[in-house]
Amino acid sequence: MKFTRFLALAALLGTAVPAAAQVTLNGAGATFPNIIYSNWMLTYNQAHPDVKLNYQSIGSGGGIRQFSDGTVDFGATDAPMTDSAMAAIKGDVLHIPTVLGAVVAAYTLPDVSQPIRITPDVLADIFLGKVTKWNDARLASINPGVTLPNQDIIVVHRSDGSGTSFVWTDYLSKVSPEWAQKVGKGPSVSWPVGLGGRGNEGVAATVRQTPGAIGYIELGYALINKMPFAVLKNQAGNWITASLESVTAAAAGGMKDMGPNTDFRVSITNSPGAQAYPAASFTWLLVHKTYSDSAKARTLVEFIWWAETEGQAKAPELGYAPLPKELRPWIQARLKSVTANGRPVWKGTAE
Amino acid sequence: MAPPLPSLRGIDRSDRIYRRVLTTFALALPLLILIILGVLLVSALPAITAFGPSFLWTSTWDPVAEVYGAAPMIFGTLASSLLALLIAVPLALSVAIFLTEFSPRWLRQPVAFLVELLAAIPSVVYGTWGIFVLIPFLRGHVVPPLKAVFGWTPFLQGVFYGNSLLAGGIILAIMIVPYIAAVSREVLLAVPISQREAALAMGATRWEAVRSAVLPYGRAGLIGAIILGLGRALGETMAVTMVIGNRHDISVSLLQPAYTMAAAIANEFSEATTHMYQSALFEVGLILFVITVVVNAIARILIWRVARGAAVGSKAL
Repeated sequence: MKFTRFLALAALLGTAVPAAAQVTLNGAGATFPNIIYSNWMLTYNQAHPDVKLNYQSIGSGGGIRQFSDGTVDFGATDAPMTDSAMAAIKGDVLHIPTVLGAVVAAYTLPDVSQPIRITPDVLADIFLGKVTKWNDARLASINPGVTLPNQDIIVVHRSDGSGTSFVWTDYLSKVSPEWAQKVGKGPSVSWPVGLGGRGNEGVAATVRQTPGAIGYIELGYALINKMPFAVLKNQAGNWITASLESVTAAAAGGMKDMGPNTDFRVSITNSPGAQAYPAASFTWLLVHKTYSDSAKARTLVEFIWWAETEGQAKAPELGYAPLPKELRPWIQARLKSVTANGRPVWKGTAE
Repeated sequence: MAPPLPSLRGIDRSDRIYRRVLTTFALALPLLILIILGVLLVSALPAITAFGPSFLWTSTWDPVAEVYGAAPMIFGTLASSLLALLIAVPLALSVAIFLTEFSPRWLRQPVAFLVELLAAIPSVVYGTWGIFVLIPFLRGHVVPPLKAVFGWTPFLQGVFYGNSLLAGGIILAIMIVPYIAAVSREVLLAVPISQREAALAMGATRWEAVRSAVLPYGRAGLIGAIILGLGRALGETMAVTMVIGNRHDISVSLLQPAYTMAAAIANEFSEATTHMYQSALFEVGLILFVITVVVNAIARILIWRVARGAAVGSKAL
């Protein structure tokens, strides 16, 4: 008697699970957007209890690898996939920008209180090891009224592969032909000079502990740690301090080059916008063009669209620059192109 | 009255099972090593065929151009470990000799405990301590006087920025002292008291007794202790990468940044997106594996020769 009741209960439970239609989406990738992605996923799950989203911040390279291997439903990266990496998965990928990041040149000069200004050519020459003293004539001429010390410039860079390095070297490649030819751009490069620190925290710690050091770190990291960072001259010739506004302006300024049919694999460093901070970048979600599971695909697209609209309001308080609103129609067009079993999954158009 | 013996057949069968289980376990570990070696070899094959033996002596490490050479990391690994041994061995042996031969009884346990406690500190804590305490201390109080006296030697050339081979070697030395000291202490404790008594009876001072009777008796064990420390130094990753400067360059100056194989693998592997980049890192891992095996083999031979030498020596007496 008892046993049959138990069996009935078990059968009930067994049928109850598929009825709830729980959708689980797994993603992995970049560490930089981890805080806002986790926040988005938590918030979204509260409004949609049937959707469970997991994100592992294992780094951009790992994200691309796991996405390409099909171990996760979506990837995330700070550096766009290369043409050859895309060809390896037969081009089945969409890059969807989510928020913006910026990289700043933080430095330690104990006796200098004003922010240092650096032009693109001098910045490249510092990282090439050609400008080696803080009181170099070229630095002095763009910082009138600042007493620069007669001190060695100690360059600090990332020793681990990272999207931050990609943005920084991408920027230096655009402003310095010599950098582009000798070093190039990438998550890891062969640095002409300097010390390597592991992670943003490693670079920040070394810069802080070393008088005369200059190193690149994420804007949010510099703000939290109250480290001084250089004011850079942008393409329009204006001196720009990195801030959430000047980073959003960089994306808006880059829109002309993109066009409405962009695949978003564009660099917005050295953006032409008048108020654009020059070392800014998108961070992307990687989504397949075609999925076999339509419930998963539709949920993913709905979540991303929510993040692109309502979710953006969360960005500033978490230290991320929101995307310019003008980008939304283009993002929507890309999301509408996602299909499952040959049918688009965008709400209203599906089934 | 003795209990009746269980049947011989039963013993025979349980013994067979017992022996099979033990054999499986005993063979599992060597097999695991062979599998690791095999996986490393297969994964490193693209880099081995692309760069050939010159991988061992070229210094370029350029992930953009996909050109790789491991010489700076091989040099940095060996140099930092050697420097660590130079600092740690005298220190650790002094601790061990003091604790077994000279220390007042009440001091022995506290000092031994504290030295061994060093081994329990996580590596990342050593690294953080290195960045915030050791490097500023070196910059302020150690390197300037060193440079003033020995600045003419090639080992102290260039400007000292902090993160350097010197900082890496010192961190490693502190990390391996407890291992060498603890094992050496056990070795010295195992030296029979009669050895000391014999030397003292011959009119030797305490120091002469230690030097001529205790240390030679424990030679093999002491070398084993040092090799144990060296093995740890070769493979240490986190603390070293935080202070060594992570620069793919070879410089004999201790003040310049360097790189180690373990640090490079840990730093670069997760973002090594191209096939060749990953393969090059696997080859670095293979080289580290081979170096570790060779070091241990040399240690075995040394211990064996020393042990035989000691036996021959005692026979001659």
